[in-house]
Amino acid sequence: MGHGGGGAMSAELVQHIFAPAFGGEVLAQLGDAAAVTLGGARLAFSTDSFVVRPLFFPGGCIGDLAVNGTVNDLAMSGARAAYLSCGFILEEGVEMPVVARIAQALGDAARAAGVEVATGDTKVVESGHGDGVYINTAGIGLIPAGVDLRPQRVVPGDVVIVSGDIGVHGVAIMSVREGLEFGVAIQSDCAPLGGLVDAMLAVTPDLHVLRDPTRGGLAASLNEIAAASGTGVVVQERSVPVPDGVANACAILGLDPMYVANEGKLVAFVPREHADAVLAAMRAHPLGAAARVIGEAVPDHPGMVVARTALGGTRVVDLPIGEQLPRIC
Amino acid sequence: MKYIDEFHNPELARRLLDEIHSTVTRPWALMEVCGGQTHTIIRHGIDQLLPEQVELIHGPGCPVCVTPLEVIDKALEIASRPDVVFCSFGDMLRVPGTGRDLFQVRSEGGDVRVVYSPLDALRIAQQNPDKQVVFFGIGFETTAPPNAMTVYQARRLGIRNFSLLVSHVRVPPAIEAIMRSPSCRVQAFLAAGHVCSVMGTGEYPELAGRYRVPIVVTGFEPLDILEGVRRTVLQLERGEHTVDNAYPRAVRAEGNPAAKAMLEDVFEVTDRAWRGIGVIPQSGWRLSSRYREFDAEHRFSVTGIRTLEPAACRSGEVLQGLLKPHECEAFGTACTPRSPLGATMVSSEGACAAYYLYRRLDVAPARMEASPVG
Repeated sequence: MGHGGGGAMSAELVQHIFAPAFGGEVLAQLGDAAAVTLGGARLAFSTDSFVVRPLFFPGGCIGDLAVNGTVNDLAMSGARAAYLSCGFILEEGVEMPVVARIAQALGDAARAAGVEVATGDTKVVESGHGDGVYINTAGIGLIPAGVDLRPQRVVPGDVVIVSGDIGVHGVAIMSVREGLEFGVAIQSDCAPLGGLVDAMLAVTPDLHVLRDPTRGGLAASLNEIAAASGTGVVVQERSVPVPDGVANACAILGLDPMYVANEGKLVAFVPREHADAVLAAMRAHPLGAAARVIGEAVPDHPGMVVARTALGGTRVVDLPIGEQLPRIC
Repeated sequence: MKYIDEFHNPELARRLLDEIHSTVTRPWALMEVCGGQTHTIIRHGIDQLLPEQVELIHGPGCPVCVTPLEVIDKALEIASRPDVVFCSFGDMLRVPGTGRDLFQVRSEGGDVRVVYSPLDALRIAQQNPDKQVVFFGIGFETTAPPNAMTVYQARRLGIRNFSLLVSHVRVPPAIEAIMRSPSCRVQAFLAAGHVCSVMGTGEYPELAGRYRVPIVVTGFEPLDILEGVRRTVLQLERGEHTVDNAYPRAVRAEGNPAAKAMLEDVFEVTDRAWRGIGVIPQSGWRLSSRYREFDAEHRFSVTGIRTLEPAACRSGEVLQGLLKPHECEAFGTACTPRSPLGATMVSSEGACAAYYLYRRLDVAPARMEASPVG
């Protein structure tokens, strides 16, 4: 299971098994979406599979997650998603009204994101060989001229911005999956980020890198960027926005919100001279209203992410290994 | 969460630190007993902010770390059986037994489930009458009462397919064992607040007097730790050795009488082996003879288990405060959270894991495993 957790084990699986077997220069970039040139057009192309349990959770379901996950992977390349494919794998016995609700949510999410579901596929597996419904989506979109979002463009001095509260989706899922209640209703932040990215690019196409911190959370995204860019990253721990309910739940379970999944947030590395304008543009957008500067890229400790604690100490923020495990007491 | 924020306040922390700095006149070695406190200290960089003369020694209080290899191997054997649903808190799943861990048992087809309460395991037993449901009952005085209550409930409800694999440990005998060690450098203890919230402070005055060590009951948030250190240092500087409660919002002298009564009913004190340390007399609990039918070791007759600890692992010395994690030759090379030699590296509360996760800047980069990404 750890190989699917979005941490070090996932990265090893891709780097040591998949990438060498598949070959190809585009795949070697290992971005959330591949940037390809076809007929003179620069396209972003991405795929993602969704195996969330339970299928319905506060603030969304596997249907809108399957749209927003792929749309957001494309958005992190600067592309607005244009077309999606959608593959359903249904477990024998899943009730048709459940499938209908998920399909409706998927369609609604696609319309809200301004993307068309252009092709699809359905397979059914025997009872006991699935978790009700699995969905794969792939998407394609155009990358605007002048936009080149890659971790390799990050340089010391870049400002690190997050678009809002972190850890919300992961805690929302845990609250229903494990039957835990944390005193506050926590809804998933699942949302399409294309519009927010458009607003940021309208200020300057010269953003260096964007990531949506899904599995592995903010810590995994920052580590991936630090490793790929060869710069260090320093985060001011007190600046990282964590809502009370998420902090509360994480404190109870012994989890670190920095490692908890998000589905409607992005982290941006922005040249310092553009940071104020980009931040203002983000705050003017509903999905970036709580955007904040949380740190910067630095020349020290290349490839590592370090947090300055509220008390003035320092700690390394490592790549998570596999799944986070709630601790005993 | 406001209640947590209040105990992270940087200004109050600065005041406490200033007071500690102005109080200390010579070197002192303090042991924080609980792994949760070690985690807070390293995660927030508290040890970096204390005066150089105040050394924090990390104690044996990580329940995952001290669970003996033999018990882990028993868990692996029971969890591998086809008729068993094996339930555990999450952080036990990655602890290596001899050759494998519970995650591996799960990937090989074992029904291993993470639960958040032993009562969840009891519910699983009710829902699966054709299965044997086993809960892995480890931990200190904090986790023992709910586990005891679950067994009590199982009997009350007549649930026969539930049992507990018990490896509970007690803090005061461990403190005594540390003080009796000829190589002991500990001059004072930050006692574990959660343990005292259950057991009270009644077991400590005799220890404080006999070994002339201050024992300050301390909480788990950064300001709790600093307040515990402040009070401990004050006592040391004054030559005092009393039991002091710096965690009054959770701890009363008498503890939690209901929890203590439940412990007394279901468990009895026994000698217990601590991983990396060895057997400490009277340092554990087992199910009392009245509840023997709920003892998984008894029910599954797991005997004849041969264990093999990695020779290079020095976690026993780490657990006794004799060695700092990064002083171990294997730290960060042969031993990492991905391939741990011992439980102190795999447990989220283990001192080695805390140093690896949060303190890699302090260790020569050449000794560290290359980052798996990039």
